[in-house]
Formats: sequence, C-alpha cells, structure tokens
Amino acid sequence: MRWVERCIETTIRASAFTVILALVLIFVFIGKEALPILTSPSVRQEASLRQLFGTIVWQPVSTVPQYGLLPLLLGTLKVTVIALLVGGPLALSAALFTSEFAPPWVREVLKPSVELLAGIPSVVLGFFALMVLASWLQSVFGWTYRLNAVNAGIALAFAVIPIVYTVAEDALTSVPRSYREGSIAMGADAWQTAWRVVVPAAFPGIFAACVLGFGRAIGETMIVLMASGNAPIFSAALTDSARSLSATIAAELGEVVVGSAPYHVLFLIGSLLFVLTFLTNLAGHWFVTRLREKLEGR
Amino acid sequence: MLVVILGNIVYVGWGHLSWEFLTQVPRAGMTQGGIYPAIFGTAALVLLMTLAVLPLGVMTAIYLQEYAPQGSRWVPLVRLAVQNLAGVPAIVFGLFGLGFFVSFVGREIDHFLYGGRLVYGQPAILWAALTMALLTLPTVVVTTEEALRAVPQGLREVAYALGATRWQMVHHVVLPQAIGGMLTGGILAVSRGAGEVAPILFTGAAYYLPYLPTHLNDQFMELGYHVYVMTTQSPDVEATKPLLYSTVLVLLLLTFALNFVAVLVRAQFRRRQMR
Repeated sequence: MRWVERCIETTIRASAFTVILALVLIFVFIGKEALPILTSPSVRQEASLRQLFGTIVWQPVSTVPQYGLLPLLLGTLKVTVIALLVGGPLALSAALFTSEFAPPWVREVLKPSVELLAGIPSVVLGFFALMVLASWLQSVFGWTYRLNAVNAGIALAFAVIPIVYTVAEDALTSVPRSYREGSIAMGADAWQTAWRVVVPAAFPGIFAACVLGFGRAIGETMIVLMASGNAPIFSAALTDSARSLSATIAAELGEVVVGSAPYHVLFLIGSLLFVLTFLTNLAGHWFVTRLREKLEGR
Repeated sequence: MLVVILGNIVYVGWGHLSWEFLTQVPRAGMTQGGIYPAIFGTAALVLLMTLAVLPLGVMTAIYLQEYAPQGSRWVPLVRLAVQNLAGVPAIVFGLFGLGFFVSFVGREIDHFLYGGRLVYGQPAILWAALTMALLTLPTVVVTTEEALRAVPQGLREVAYALGATRWQMVHHVVLPQAIGGMLTGGILAVSRGAGEVAPILFTGAAYYLPYLPTHLNDQFMELGYHVYVMTTQSPDVEATKPLLYSTVLVLLLLTFALNFVAVLVRAQFRRRQMR
C-alpha cells in the first residue's frame, strides 16, 4: 500500500515538472536550430547578422538569396498596431460597460458572446478576412491592393478583443465595492465614478490586458498569413501588402531544406517570436499580480 | 460584428451542406465531393491529443492543488510555466513539433528500433497530436485547478479524519467532485485543438490524401488545414467556393457545439455542488 501511494505521488509530481520541462525544451530546441546563425561559418556567410538586421530585402528563394528581416519586423509591427488600435478601445470600452453600467441581463449576453468570439478558430477569421472583409474594404476605400495590412489588422482585432476584454473586465470587477460607494457618497455620478475612480484603481490590470493582447497579436499566424497579402515590402504605407514574422515561418518552412541557411533563419524568427511573447506574458502577469497586491492594500 | 461573420458563413454555407458532403472524399481537384477524410483526420488527431493531454494536465493540476507542500518554491514556477506556455504562439509550437518530435524523437526512434529506416522521423499524426497536446495543456491545467479549488476543504478534512491516505482522499473524495470541471477542460481543449492549424502545418497535416490515417506514423487531412488549403491554393476559386463555405460552417459548428457542451457541463456540475 505504501509503495503504491509513493508511486502515484511520484507520477503526479513528475507530470507537474513536465510542464516546466516542456517550456525549457521549446526554448532549447528552437534556439538550437537558430544557433548556427551565430556559430556555423557557412551559414554566417550566407545570412550574417548584419544582413539579417541591416538590409531591407527578404528574398530567400533567388540566385543570390537575401535575408533582411526588417520588412518582416515592420510588417508585424504594422499589423499588430492596427489590431490593437482597432480592437483595444473596443474591448476596453466593452469591458468598462459590462463592469460599470450594464444591467445584469446585458452582461449575461455579452460575456458568452465574447467567449464565442474567442472560440472561433483563427483559420476561420482568416478565411473571412480574405473572402469577405477584403472585398468590402476595397470597394469602400478603393485601395490598390485587396489584401493589405489594414485588412489583416482588422481581422486580427477579432482575435485580440476576447483576451483584452476578459483580462480588463476581470481587473475592473476586482475593484472593491467600497471604492465605488465612497465615490458616490462624495456626490460623483456613475460616469465620474467609473472614469476617475474605478479605471485608475484597475489601471495595472487594464495595462496588462493590452500587453497580453499585444502578445496574442504578434504571434498569430493563420489570420495574417491569409489576409495580409504576404508581400515582404519595406514600406510604411498601411494599405500596402505586408508580411509578418509568424506568417513567414508558416509560408516557407515547408519548402526549405533542413539544415540550410534559410531553415536556420526561420528558426531564428521562431526564437525571436518565442522570446518576445515570453517577455510580454511575463510583463502582463506581473501587472496582474501588482493589481491584486495594490487592491489588497499591500 | 459577431453576427455579421456568422451570418455570412451560415447563409452561404448552408446551401451546400448535405449528408453526401460529410461522407464523401474530395474529387476533381477539390471542386467536387465531400470532406469526409478531413473530418476523420480531425477526429483522430483530437482523440490522440486528448489521450496525451488529459492525464498530464489533470495530474499537474492535482499536484498544484493537492500534493504540493505549503509554500513550495515549485508551485509558482509551475504556474508561471503554464501561463507562459499559454502565451507561446501556435506557430512556435509548430516549429517545436518539427524540431523536437519529428527531427529529434522520431529520428532517434528510427535509429534505434528500425535501423535508420524512415518510419517515425517524418511528419505524422502522432507528432501533430503531441504538439497539439502541448498547446492545449494550459487550458486543461487551469480548468482542472479551478474545479479542484471549488471542492470544499471540509470534505478533505473528513476524509483524513477517517484515516484516508492522501491518494485515497484525492481518488475517492476530490476527483468525483471535480470530474465536471475536468470534463469542461477536456472539451475546451478539444475545441481549441480542432480549430488550430499553425501547429500541424509541418508536423503531419497533408494537402490531399487518397487514404485515411490508420497508423500512428501516417499523415492526415484536417478541417482547418483543408480550409486554409482551399482558400489560398485552390486551382479554381469559384468552383471551390461553395465547398469552402460549407467546410468552414462544419468547422464552426463543431467548435461551437463543443464550447456549448463545455458550458452546459460546467453549469450542471456547479448546480450539483451548490446542493
């Protein structure tokens, strides 16, 4: 009996550590494939760091392959910023509305709808952006390129809204009732209470919502792959076609030779995405903890 | 906005949806026929994934809630790992699946068991399922933990007072109470896994296959990937359009139905706990 008990305990403990191990393995195995960029002379000759971060042409399939990451970085930035600018305010105001003003029945409808939105597979959002949204936008604004950064950004906003909404709404509802009662007792109306008392109190959580939304947007692949047009152009124009880091991996990994220079470059992009999202996640969760401590008065 | 997206897809997709569509194989360069292999592949993938993720996720949650000693240094670390795992982009999981499962684990298996013959060292449904299991792990851990936390502390104390060991207590008292929450986590994971495409791009999904996957090292067709392929690489866009819309509708119905069941199960068990 004793040893059965001990066996089970060991298995359970082992599985918990598997989670940590998984995260470490991901880092190690993606990093390992990216490492030749720094160490292998032949790979360095073809794709040096100076070329990666100093040139603006991404052309891995050509007689003289060129691996400039800047257009991809810029494309990611454009799409992500548009997604946050479109989705952020929408999600935040929806969160403020549900937590402060909405009657209970509206809350009962709104929260499951957002969960439903979160449940839509990203490939479906990408499909919608490519088949429907792109044509609408083009016919309204008359853009030259049907698939562009704005189109992808708006589609991406749909993926960002649920996470921003959920985290922000959590933060706002965690503000103690006494804050609101105090404010109302001082003669403030509902709007003043919400804007001057609740929002500042919940600020770390709201900020965390935006940070986590950013992390989600930066790594999202299928939507951007399908909706952005995928041309690696180094241009600031939002209506040009754009290509993101994540979409580049998805589009090209299937065609490169294992162990070749472009293979390692794609894994370098992967490590970059991993580190970026890892940091944004750490930051986001740090702000959530900060909020909890602040509201508990520590 | 939600209504617009769904409305559009349901409106256009409904027309082509039929029993034949669900049970036939694609024909004529995917401009005719059905999506049966993709549905089969998705089901197989999700089943394998569940077999991997449920035990691992549930045991991790049990460790965090029941076994970890008070004030253990490991608990925050495991939680941090779970949170960060949830934030890793799907495409990075795909890279990892290729770099670790396919090129490392698979190659080593081939090397030792098959004398270097290519059996597991290539994209396959097994590797895709394991990659997907890692992706959905945080969902299972978080929902199970929530369910375990909802079990009243008094029940645990009663079990201990009757002389139960820790595992007896967990097995006979906590788990039956928390089974609903675990189911919810499992269903949500399945729903997530059925819809995600990026992780399986390089770990096993195939453009078109004339046969169904029957071995762990077979490649497979998948609904989400099928949508991606038909949207971006179709030889004849207009001809595939009705099929495409219907495929999207099937995928949506599948994920929504799963989510809906998850919500129902959660509500049902919460009500039972109240009493």
